[in-house]
Amino acid sequence: MTPQSTFMILAEIREGEIDALRDLLAGMNRIEGIADPENPLLPFGQFERLHVARFVILEAETAEEMRHHGREPYPWRPSLVFLGDCDGKSRYFLDQLARRAADGLQQIFSHCVGFDPDRDDLLTWMSGRNITPKANYINWIGRTVQQVREEEALQRSLAAYLPRAIEEVGRGNARALRQKLLTHVELERDAGRLQLSPPEPTPKLWWLGNLLHKLGMPSILLLLAPLLLLSAPFLILRLRMLERSDPEIVIRPGRAHIARLSVLEDLDVTNHFNVLGDVKPGLFRLSLLKFLLLTLDYASRHVYNHGYLTRVKTIHFARWVLLDNDRRLYFASNYDGSLEGYMDDFINKVAWGLNLVFSNGVGYPRTSWLIKQGAAREQQFKYTLRRHQLPSEVWYKAYPGLTAFDLARNSRIRQGVERRQSSDRAIREWLGLI
Amino acid sequence: MSQRDGFEFEDLQGLLRFGHGRLSEACFMLLKVVDPEAAREWLLKAPVTDASSRTPLPQAAMQIAFSAEGLRVLGIDEAVIEGFSDEFIVGMTGDESRSRRLGDSGGSAPEHWRWGGDPAATPHILLLHYALPGGLQTQRASVEDDRFDAAFELIEILPTRDLGGIEHFGFADGISQPKIDWQQRQSTDLHHRDRYSNRLAVGETVLGYANEYGLYTDRPLIDPRRDERAAILADAEDLPGLKDFARNGCYLVLRQLAQDVSGFWRFLDQQSGGDAERREGLAASMVGRERDGTPLMKTGGDPIPGVAPEQQGNQFTYDADPGGHRCPLGAHIRRANPRSGDFPPGVTGFFSRLIKIFGFGQRRADEDLVASTRFHRLLRRGRPYGPPLTPEAALETDPPQAERGLHFICLVANISRQFEFVQDTWSMNSRFNGMRQESDPLLGGREPLINGENSDCFRLGQTDGPARKVCGLPRFVRVRGGGYFFMPGMRALKYIASLSAADGGAGR
Repeated sequence: MTPQSTFMILAEIREGEIDALRDLLAGMNRIEGIADPENPLLPFGQFERLHVARFVILEAETAEEMRHHGREPYPWRPSLVFLGDCDGKSRYFLDQLARRAADGLQQIFSHCVGFDPDRDDLLTWMSGRNITPKANYINWIGRTVQQVREEEALQRSLAAYLPRAIEEVGRGNARALRQKLLTHVELERDAGRLQLSPPEPTPKLWWLGNLLHKLGMPSILLLLAPLLLLSAPFLILRLRMLERSDPEIVIRPGRAHIARLSVLEDLDVTNHFNVLGDVKPGLFRLSLLKFLLLTLDYASRHVYNHGYLTRVKTIHFARWVLLDNDRRLYFASNYDGSLEGYMDDFINKVAWGLNLVFSNGVGYPRTSWLIKQGAAREQQFKYTLRRHQLPSEVWYKAYPGLTAFDLARNSRIRQGVERRQSSDRAIREWLGLI
Repeated sequence: MSQRDGFEFEDLQGLLRFGHGRLSEACFMLLKVVDPEAAREWLLKAPVTDASSRTPLPQAAMQIAFSAEGLRVLGIDEAVIEGFSDEFIVGMTGDESRSRRLGDSGGSAPEHWRWGGDPAATPHILLLHYALPGGLQTQRASVEDDRFDAAFELIEILPTRDLGGIEHFGFADGISQPKIDWQQRQSTDLHHRDRYSNRLAVGETVLGYANEYGLYTDRPLIDPRRDERAAILADAEDLPGLKDFARNGCYLVLRQLAQDVSGFWRFLDQQSGGDAERREGLAASMVGRERDGTPLMKTGGDPIPGVAPEQQGNQFTYDADPGGHRCPLGAHIRRANPRSGDFPPGVTGFFSRLIKIFGFGQRRADEDLVASTRFHRLLRRGRPYGPPLTPEAALETDPPQAERGLHFICLVANISRQFEFVQDTWSMNSRFNGMRQESDPLLGGREPLINGENSDCFRLGQTDGPARKVCGLPRFVRVRGGGYFFMPGMRALKYIASLSAADGGAGR
């Protein structure tokens, strides 16, 4: 199994160059909102291990909200983010990137503070600015781009062949039909038209690290449990006080802002999402946020790694990143369906989960007991989400037109090819997937 | 909550409570205000029908709704208009991104519309007339006085045709409607409502009341200290110091949908090899009901709240048919109203709920893919137009040519969460309920996806093997016009009529 990894390079944009950078990035798009996979600057499509990637210009558009907390807004210089998710170690991927797309990346990063193409080594420079997220979600750990492509080809091949198979053996005879389809797959594989590569062996170090993480985290928590239990009443009291006293900032987002975002949405079955906001001031909120992100990261890594994050099955990749000395929280995700549908999931399926993390951010609707209210306050939540959202300048996805659910179904189709079901019912169910 | 026992129907326009079905003649007029002063004078005396019960039953009814530009022209302050939702202010066609989401592209693109397509020429007023057979002319004449003529310019008149409860493809229509919980008896708490209910919070169709979240949808509120005329408006229930301009009002979505009846039946006939029974069967699968309205799903079972015992055609959910074997997953009525609860397919107790919350305990890989229905209901008030064409006539070699279709109307409190969500995420979405290559078999635009994948198929799940797939569905429905309107309560109508030229309406 090949584990996935993530990268996020953050660099401040040189004064006065933001527009030039924006124009340069726009040139990478096939249409506004969708990258051209073969664009000369960074031909994403040539990197066969890259799932998704994007360029975002992070601007602290909502920094003024900090004044409601009686504080001066934190200063922030517009910065460029280049992030993505790939198969195998991101270090190798960045190395490949630096070798194969050096010219384009140099052109892009020369708009950033501290990069001099003549002096700096691109890979070293990028690695030095690579930020690890505090929590990271991968829809299906181990599913590679190659696997996605092979399984989609399998699905298409089976779907195209199915009518002929039905014509020959009839619809009702599930076993004979399956045999036909399996033979078809064999023939196609022999002819080199279909490929179903077996998974690569799991890297031993990764496996060990993962195991240690899986066992270590609960152990540490167990050790700390007495301390946590003892302090729980005080922590809860503090939380409730803050929940009452934190100012609630409900500002309706401007229409121009929303128009700028929605022009990029619903072009593919998958959308990209960025939000940036300030962490509420004070050590309590920051510690709570860090602890919850740690828990979230643990859950994503060891529990929610096969197709769903609690009730939500539409997220391909997501990350939660603390920036600027832990003063800001950045969230980026790739999700299926419309934003209205995404928000519907947030409000009706996982409001509690969003509240845990984002209620520690400035401008989030008031929560009670950390998990109640918050996102469930529909209108305020939608306003705050949209207000803190930022557009991606460039967005790439290696498999346009495919949702996370499509990918999972394709994997189930493949499973049926590789492991024969025994019961007629299971066979019929498998046939129904095609 | 002051009106818990007796709902103030006298402040509501009648259409929110009644479909005016007995008043089978109707026409909808799209007007442009040319003289705001005359328009307000006319409005002051206009016999707009409220929602209180009358005996004897009325001979006619008139309802009125305004676009954002219409309100502006009549002198509503810009700050008040800003209190409405973005969708209403921008309009149905004011933003290409919205048109894309609604599926208004290709043959349904606003540039081809008969009316409403040009955001700069949005109708100001929508006037809806209803009358007993033969009474429509009299009804119109009774309100179209000199002042009316001076005030308005007619942009378009949308006639309707009484087809006796049948829509043009030949199916009984308007069977499924939410039952508005006027007395606010049903809890909106997420913990009390894991299953589908047909009863709907008032605030989902009427502004100024708690919605399915138990919250108040944003709407224009006016400070009476700044605007004395607002004193006649009702207090805002959630913010008593302010006057609620939108209370007892709602948004009205109007779309003129032209139906290609002969195209529909010809396609089905060709797919069925000319076999009448198979043709009817395929048509029923696409709709989710037989032509007489009988649902494909078995009715009965646990009574659904808000479905009266005599409405057997509504007494069903899809819980027993997750694979779409009885009723295809993509059937029109299944997309438009999936009848899902908050925790599909339901929970049995505290622990089962907890397990579901964390995403575990799902029996099928395709479980829980559809949003909870109660946040996405539409109160429909549409009427067909154009001469009827029976399926048999539609199949003849040279069927009579005429435009026919539906003036689709729905009344909602939140255009984006209700109408736009249903249209985009359920009807047009090629991935509804985990499917591929499909869109609503009746409404779908059939535009290919960005990767070239088609969306013109329809799958019929089969218990005994792979699904049957019908592909190459043509576009049966074309959008010919549309707009977002606001249908105010009776007090708000008086408020609008009370404005004066100094309020900025004149000269625009």
